[in-house]
Amino acid sequence: MSAQIATDAAPAIASYNFAYLDEQTKRMIRRAILKAIAIPGYQVPFASREMPMPYGWGTGGVQVTAAIIGPEDVLKVIDQGADDTTNAVSIRAFFAKVANVATTTRTMEATIIQTRHRIPETKLSAGQVLVYQVPIPEPLRFLEPRETETRKMHALEEYGLMHVKLYEDIARHGEISTTYAYPVMVEGRYVMDPSPTPKFDNPKMHRSEALQLFGAGREKRIYAVPPFTEVVSLDFEDHPFEIQTFDRPCALCAAENVYLDEVVLDDSGGRMFVCSDTDHCEDRRAQGHRGEMAGHPLETAK
Amino acid sequence: MSDEILIEGDAGFAAVAASERPLLSVSGLSKIYGARIGCIDVSFDVWPGEVLAIVGESGSGKTTLLNCISSRLAPTTGTVSYQMRDGRMGDVFRMSEAERRHLMRTDWGFVHQNPIDGLRMSVSAGANVGERLMAVGQRHYGSIRAEASEWLGRVEIDADRIDDQPRAFSGGMRQRLQIARNLVTEPRLVFMDEPTGGLDVSVQARLLDLLRGLVSDLGLSVIIVTHDLAVARLLSDRILVMKEGRVIESGLTDRVLDDPRAPYTQLLVSSILQV
Ligand SMILES: Nc1ncnc2c1ncn2[C@@H]1O[C@H](COP(=O)(O)OP(=O)(O)OP(=O)(O)O)[C@@H](O)[C@H]1O
Ligand SMILES: [Mg+2]
Repeated sequence: MSAQIATDAAPAIASYNFAYLDEQTKRMIRRAILKAIAIPGYQVPFASREMPMPYGWGTGGVQVTAAIIGPEDVLKVIDQGADDTTNAVSIRAFFAKVANVATTTRTMEATIIQTRHRIPETKLSAGQVLVYQVPIPEPLRFLEPRETETRKMHALEEYGLMHVKLYEDIARHGEISTTYAYPVMVEGRYVMDPSPTPKFDNPKMHRSEALQLFGAGREKRIYAVPPFTEVVSLDFEDHPFEIQTFDRPCALCAAENVYLDEVVLDDSGGRMFVCSDTDHCEDRRAQGHRGEMAGHPLETAK
Repeated sequence: MSDEILIEGDAGFAAVAASERPLLSVSGLSKIYGARIGCIDVSFDVWPGEVLAIVGESGSGKTTLLNCISSRLAPTTGTVSYQMRDGRMGDVFRMSEAERRHLMRTDWGFVHQNPIDGLRMSVSAGANVGERLMAVGQRHYGSIRAEASEWLGRVEIDADRIDDQPRAFSGGMRQRLQIARNLVTEPRLVFMDEPTGGLDVSVQARLLDLLRGLVSDLGLSVIIVTHDLAVARLLSDRILVMKEGRVIESGLTDRVLDDPRAPYTQLLVSSILQV
């Protein structure tokens, strides 16, 4: 994340400014990021730019990454935990082209990890930056459509409405049925939407050593959780927050206590549960861990 | 002249102990909308446990006045002070917004004429009632639900409707739900703007009975806007009569309705069926 400027851009990509965005824009985004870091969980408006991809494809995350990336960085991009989906591959290719940076699928090697909908299973360390792609940054939005009102509610810490939502969950389903985008309280002050990650990942945000940055392109907001920040999932005393549990290990690498995806194998109802984090799974298999379907070729599984 | 101002009642009260001071004190309040007059130079006090009705014809400034004193609308001039729970008098327009909003959802209630304006239509009745409890920090689902359920009972909504959304409720039920939602934090002062306005007569009568019971059980102070003198007769201790933005007569309800002094009030009273 060394802040290098345009003159460092490789001659081969002279038609682009380094990392695609012009320097003015990057400075503007960096200012928003700095403000977001200074006020953990607070949504900072920024002048979101058009990117060469449609909204909904991570334009917020891409702008954040473009603003912080330097030539020495090593970039990893995941989509639902996987490095090999179209979205992840194309964002990775985009930065390889416009910033000429090294890319990786290995969590430990990456200095910047841009993510959609997952936090890697491997514990992140100091110096790493996790950049989230965020569709809807406002956790109060679904109950209070007026932006003027939600801003006021954040300003005055009026968060009763968040619990109204959780109350409704319990009244309807007997438990808090929110499993994605589960709201958190950041550093005891701002309620924040962790983006549509599974609630399984919420505890990983708490006091993480890595810097966590959130970019919402269409909604023009950036927010942040600096390293070692308190991130607490909202709940009731008699319905405490719980993460999803899986009653079996990963079918490929036998990992337990990781987030699993269900994969349909054939038309006759065959299925298996495998790590959603493909790098973590591959890493474990390389170390010799074997799940019950380890012989099964991954290509048909995915 | 009908402009003659007849105000009685305040002279004998010398403020001493908190319980003998007004709960709310309005002084010199005016609201001008550009070239149009909302209300002009209104002053009155509301005492603990008192129900005050604001009556007058359409356009006389009742809603404007109510919205100003409940701090939903900034007046052009004038002050409103409120006796906080600690006995201190707070200037409503000098408080921080946080303090004022806290007051509005704990110690005050506001019942809108149209329940849609005062309810969350897409969350359950239970959550509508429980919202204020959660807003003041209650975090035990079981006790929030128990309290919501008790309040539904008090406003005569069957307990088994607790998980239904107000969309599925009749107009009268919605209005009763709105009342429960406001009363759950046991406010001391409730503002109501034509709470029976959109309801048919038999539903109105039931709601009025219910309100009367709640007001006396809870010892509530209420400021109720109505253009229906029968509602004022039934619920209120004291009446302010408004015309063209001014209070033209005020006094004990029975006195004003049985022996109106201002010619305009005489006209109002004679033009309705006696109750
Ligand atoms: N937002 C506004 N802008 C301009 N004029 C307004 C506004 N609101 C009210 N007025 C005017 O102020 C005066 C008082 O209106 P207000 O709504 O307070 O009357 P009201 O006594 O509540 O009437 P009603 O019985 O019809 O509800 C009217 O002349 C009205 O046209
Ligand atoms: Mg009105």
